[in-house]
Amino acid sequence: MNTVLTLMLVAPLLSAALAFAVRRHDQLRDALTLAGLGTAAGASGVMFATVAADGPFVLRVGGWHPELGIVLVADRFAALVLPVALAIIFVVELFAIGQRKTAWGSNPELSGPMMGVLTAGVSLAMLTGDLFTLFVAFELILVSSYVLLTHQGQAAQLRAGMTYVVMNLLASTLFLFGLAYVYAATGTVNLALLTERIPELPDGVRLGIGAWFFVVFGTKAAVFPLFSWLPDSYPTAPTTITAVFAGLLTKIGIYAMIRFHTLMGMDQLGNTMLIIAGVTMIVGALGALAQSHVKRILSFHIISQIGYMLMGLGLFTAAGTAGAILFLVHHMPVKTVLFLVGGLIENDQGTGRLDRTGGLARRRPLIAALFAVPALSLAGLPPFSGFVAKFAVISAGIEARATPWVVLALVAGALTLLSMTKIWLGVFWGADPDRVSVRRPPGNRPMMLAATGIAVAGTLTISALAGPLFDLSVDAAEDLRDPEIYRTAVLR
Amino acid sequence: MSISLLIGVGALTSIGVYLITARTLSRIILGFVLLGHAAVLALLTAGGPSGAAPIAGGDAALANPLPQALALTAIVISFGLTLFMLALAVRQQTLTGDDLVEDDLEDQRIAQLAAENEHEADR
Repeated sequence: MNTVLTLMLVAPLLSAALAFAVRRHDQLRDALTLAGLGTAAGASGVMFATVAADGPFVLRVGGWHPELGIVLVADRFAALVLPVALAIIFVVELFAIGQRKTAWGSNPELSGPMMGVLTAGVSLAMLTGDLFTLFVAFELILVSSYVLLTHQGQAAQLRAGMTYVVMNLLASTLFLFGLAYVYAATGTVNLALLTERIPELPDGVRLGIGAWFFVVFGTKAAVFPLFSWLPDSYPTAPTTITAVFAGLLTKIGIYAMIRFHTLMGMDQLGNTMLIIAGVTMIVGALGALAQSHVKRILSFHIISQIGYMLMGLGLFTAAGTAGAILFLVHHMPVKTVLFLVGGLIENDQGTGRLDRTGGLARRRPLIAALFAVPALSLAGLPPFSGFVAKFAVISAGIEARATPWVVLALVAGALTLLSMTKIWLGVFWGADPDRVSVRRPPGNRPMMLAATGIAVAGTLTISALAGPLFDLSVDAAEDLRDPEIYRTAVLR
Repeated sequence: MSISLLIGVGALTSIGVYLITARTLSRIILGFVLLGHAAVLALLTAGGPSGAAPIAGGDAALANPLPQALALTAIVISFGLTLFMLALAVRQQTLTGDDLVEDDLEDQRIAQLAAENEHEADR
């Protein structure tokens, strides 16, 4: 198991370094990148199986005591979410290889290796057992995302990238101040030790720490009112990069929030979180409705969906946390697939603007089918995974008598369906556009379709396995809500 | 000692925040450099009073080595990010002739729509 945890960090980093060294040899570079990402994804699968059988596993890096050294903790929460995340990156990289020769593709010489760095960052962020390593993991993710976002150096990307970098750098700086604050108050940054020491602090200091990290993680997660950087920057990047960002980056923020605020028992922040969650849901859904470009609509939906996860977390009940975790697992693949389909549309139509596309359902029924499944799932229609996830969050809300938030969640769901209909009407129905300016070469279309197909199959699997997945989410939530479990695992 | 450090943190933070509200990227970068220094100082202050060098075996009061290790890591990271932002600024300079942060697209669009509405109301 030591090797498994290490592999998830080392394999993608090593493959990134090697792939960068041979970046001019297309096939060698892609093979190395895929090998690194595949090893990490495979290792995470092994981790999931082992943790499900034997319970949480802790690796003390270098054998140091948790108070001094770095610990990697594979509890049931990390073991559930990480395999999904790593599988997504692998599938997107397949799509990227298929797309690399098109006008819409990223520059593979940089994007392949950087994807490896991003993967290592994602693994580290989910596995780490202390706040400072979480900071380092965030930086690893952000640095690679800065490069991925701006590496083509076009004017639009620079304009949006600048906002993105400045916002996230500010959040990172606040994170660092927060670390100083936590260390001054408790004398440690280890999460297991913090679960002992934070509850003993005076209320003001404790809630100050909670609120501070809510702002830090909230900026990464793009909650209201800290979201403005997201819909501006995501659509400018190449499809595959937007797909990974949409599926993973904001979710890392929510992941950190679920872990930190639940473990530390910040129940008193619950009402604030619920209010922000409600506004986030509605603002995101309304923003999406006002857009007329496929990628921008989808970007606003990321924000709206973050609201649901925050609502599950803000309830601070066992059912609420479990609902938020299930929503996380459902949302990551669905959002990624939608962006991949957005990429297919752009590739086929020459643009993603709704007023310049049309009639795609007739000409490319396969793309239409690949869009319909995740779109309906995102809107929360049965029998797709979105329905199960929303049902879990909303029923937790009803159980906790949080009626206003339940109503807001339902309204946001209806608005989501409306804007998905808007995409459907604009892109798939209607007359053919006057002229389709497809930029040549069209890339490796079968490979792109196959990658999207695998991802859609993944979301369908999640729908089919919703029952067992919900049980796993409940287990994961249990681990988080009882800090004793986490503490014994780490400090034993 | 500690008080002067805290005043330093406050001063660096306020100047940094002032600078990152500027419109030119070069000022924003300087602002982040100062904010990074402020955060590192805050980390060091969080480690308690200073003492002898933190090497094992000494018997005098030793400085706490952990915040120093954290601070070093943070310094390296902010160093790399500063370079990256400088590269962005240079690229922006070659593309547009200056390093101003441009208006938000959405803001521009809304302003345009508002102007059109007003125009129609006038007619």
